[in-house]
Amino acid sequence: MSAARRCRPPRALAGLFVWHLRNTGIRQIPCQFVNLCHVANEKLITFQYFNFLKRMYVTQCNKDLSQQAKPKSDSIVSPFHEHQQLHREKKVVHKISPVSPVHQSWSETSSRSELREMKSAVETEDSVTPVGAESKEDRQWKEMKLQLDDLPGILARLSKVKLTALVVSTTSAGFAMAPVPFELTCFLLASLGTGLASCAANSINQFFEVPFDSNMNRTKNRPLVRGQISPLLAVCFAASCGIPGIALLTLGVNPLTGALGAFNIFLYTCCYTPLKRMSISNTWVGAVVGAIPPIMGWTAATGSLDAGALLLGGILYSWQFPHFNALSWGLREDYSRGGYCMMSVTHPGLCRRVALRHCLALIGLSTVAPVLNITTWTFPVISLPINLYISYLGFRFYRDADRSSSRKLFFCSLWHLPMLLLVMFTCKKSVLEKEDKGDLLGKSHERAVEIRLP
Amino acid sequence: PPAHSHSDWIGPPDKHSNLRPIIFYVPPEESALERRLREARQEAQASNQRFWAQHNRAFRKEKEEFIYSRLKAKGLEMRDDSGQKATLNAEEMAEFYKDFLSKNLKKHLQYNRDWYKRNFTITFLMGQVALVRALRWLRRRKKNVEQ
Repeated sequence: MSAARRCRPPRALAGLFVWHLRNTGIRQIPCQFVNLCHVANEKLITFQYFNFLKRMYVTQCNKDLSQQAKPKSDSIVSPFHEHQQLHREKKVVHKISPVSPVHQSWSETSSRSELREMKSAVETEDSVTPVGAESKEDRQWKEMKLQLDDLPGILARLSKVKLTALVVSTTSAGFAMAPVPFELTCFLLASLGTGLASCAANSINQFFEVPFDSNMNRTKNRPLVRGQISPLLAVCFAASCGIPGIALLTLGVNPLTGALGAFNIFLYTCCYTPLKRMSISNTWVGAVVGAIPPIMGWTAATGSLDAGALLLGGILYSWQFPHFNALSWGLREDYSRGGYCMMSVTHPGLCRRVALRHCLALIGLSTVAPVLNITTWTFPVISLPINLYISYLGFRFYRDADRSSSRKLFFCSLWHLPMLLLVMFTCKKSVLEKEDKGDLLGKSHERAVEIRLP
Repeated sequence: PPAHSHSDWIGPPDKHSNLRPIIFYVPPEESALERRLREARQEAQASNQRFWAQHNRAFRKEKEEFIYSRLKAKGLEMRDDSGQKATLNAEEMAEFYKDFLSKNLKKHLQYNRDWYKRNFTITFLMGQVALVRALRWLRRRKKNVEQ
């Protein structure tokens, strides 16, 4: 990561002197907006800023897993909690409420799982009452007029807001793992921009898939299917989310992140969505779509596409396969009737092989992380148990190829990812450590030169 | 839908096609553009309804036939002793799903192209109609202000 270091003029305060040795000077901040702010307030904030950073890095240097009260870790813990909450919700809510929580993700992540779980919960338990309650409302004719008080809920469902939240959390994981001091404004701008881009992409996806969604149990309660919103409004909403979102990323963060965001929207809406009905390669494209948000988080923080960004993207890419393949195993009937080309229907053997392959790849990728100086060597060691466990379930799925093994693998993938990201974050190699080493080398070099001179 | 209503009405999903039918409101002074939009939507609705009703019916029929032939090969009846309908397990059904999907792939590709075209046309027409209506409203307001 390139960080321009400039020598600061020596200051009177001894305390500050220590600070300057440990921290860089005004660095080339990749976040343009923050750059402007920094230049304006430089003298004022610097001390407090570095103090704040110190507190954050001290807690990190301790590598005490019990010290969870870190500002950064919130973003990573939340997806896990959300998952748990959603799980609990599903078990309690029997009625198929109109608010279909999560649908097809950018890469068909846990969102589908939640709904699938809900569906299976309904199937296994009291199937009469929930269906009865829903169909009564369904059998009525409704006026196709936009109800303004329903609009927030409708737009939330249209943009798959819960899924968007998960995508934003992977982006913030990418941001947090970048080897730069944490900048709050940049972080917030990147998260907001990514969230808006995700809303836009999801809305366009629903716009394209109306007749298909009507025919699949999981998706038949979407706003466009039910006529709660017109297609024109859906497109306008998508444009009004996507354009500001990408603009925010390009101008407020950096052009690279903006370009990645725009590319991801394109990939999801124009490649993945049509491909779903044409060939099984859609799964791979979808995995890339899911891998890009953490890369965006990283580039938002550092401004460049490093090996670390690609590694994080790679981890998410590999994770998509056990997750999605296991999920799709139970949806084969709906896919077949709806005309979706998915591996689980057309190439079941390949489906299971790929899932297992990528579970093992996760182990490999976790080992590469310390080599690239992103985490310490404790990361592959600590993550080995969970990676081995998911690989074991992947192997069981490969061998047994039945509903129970696919469900086990799927539910494991739901907690595996947040846990992996959390462990990765706690094992993150501190920026200060690296700078210390760099400074020490520099100083010893200087001393050596000094000794030789006279 | 009530006679006095000025908007379209959408109904429950159709039994065969799972699509929700829409009854379109025809305003007394419908412009040519608005008529084009309404007709495009009606056509799309009819075409979708035809496709999905036929497709779903075929799916159900072929599924029944498949189950029947498999059960027969196994020497079982369609209904067991308790009167419950006998079913095959998921792995056996998977063969049918794979077969059905590959048989219908070409049909789906054609339908997809058709649907995307219709969807874009309709949405574009909606945009035009909305624009015209907005301009008309602005012009009316200007006239009121002047008066």
